[in-house]
Amino acid sequence: MSDEAERSRREPGPTPGHHHWFDDEAGPVVRPYAMTRGRTSAATRHRLDLIAVVVPEPAADDPGRDQTLSPEHVEIVERCSEQPQSIAELAAGLDLPVGVVRVLVGDLVEDELVHVTRPVPPAELPDVSILREVINGLRAL
Amino acid sequence: MAFGRSSRTKPFVEPVTLKILVAGGFGVGKTTLVGAVSEIRPLRTEEVLTEAGRPVDDLHGVETKTTTTVAMDFGRITLREDLVLYLFGTPGQDRFWFLWDELAQGALGAIVLADTRRLEDSFAAIDYFERRGIPFTVAVNCFEGAQRFPAESVRGALDLDPEVELLMCDARDRESVKNVLVAVVQHALVLADRSPAAVTT
Repeated sequence: MSDEAERSRREPGPTPGHHHWFDDEAGPVVRPYAMTRGRTSAATRHRLDLIAVVVPEPAADDPGRDQTLSPEHVEIVERCSEQPQSIAELAAGLDLPVGVVRVLVGDLVEDELVHVTRPVPPAELPDVSILREVINGLRAL
Repeated sequence: MAFGRSSRTKPFVEPVTLKILVAGGFGVGKTTLVGAVSEIRPLRTEEVLTEAGRPVDDLHGVETKTTTTVAMDFGRITLREDLVLYLFGTPGQDRFWFLWDELAQGALGAIVLADTRRLEDSFAAIDYFERRGIPFTVAVNCFEGAQRFPAESVRGALDLDPEVELLMCDARDRESVKNVLVAVVQHALVLADRSPAAVTT
């Protein structure tokens, strides 16, 4: 820290040709919500839970489909086509904020390229038989 | 747009997904605990908070920033092909309480990881789960070098309800963490059996 402060005192202004403000600390050069064209909420009515699982629809296999998809949309579909993944896993895998992934997945749901499983409805606990299965599953690990 | 892989032989299994939260003060071992049982290296997911629509008052101390990033570490346990449990470490900083509401929604239970040297760090989490009726278990992470206290005195210091379980654990040890998880789900089971409506308030 203090080293850094000293250096900046010695070298006022940026060194020509060296954009040292574009380091990891500065974050991605493309601001995350640029990928959603500024949208912060998804087209789908329900806010997608972190553990909602994104499952590809048969249409996702169809070549020559929607040409308007961004590379991030395509990557989400590709990742899920290998193995359906939760919103949280997609966000971690793509290194994108959860909010951005929600918007992008919302677009794909609109396009009927994927659907999303709804986890346990909000404000409800899973039923007793599932809880028993979880206990058995944990013990068997 | 071609997404490759057009010959899929069987439809995907759509798993039931559940989540358990892991709360506790900064540095108490939440990510270690998640890592001890997760089948994947704990992943990090981030939420960028912007001024738009966010309670900016909560960003006390970082007023000069227009965006800030909150990280949540999580892991996954596939119990069966169709039953997957996620563990989410909650953001440790108090100013991100509002993110907890989202995490807590639909959570089947929670672990409050405590360190006897800094018990006060777990008060906020205990209070949060009590108020929302989320089943939780307190796990005291037995750090090397920390003085061991009898469970009863820790219970007293935390002012726990009699039905809340308190366990000693080693957040690095898989079996130990498994026991804690089983205790959480058992507690959830007891509450769910008793009255399905009572836990939703």
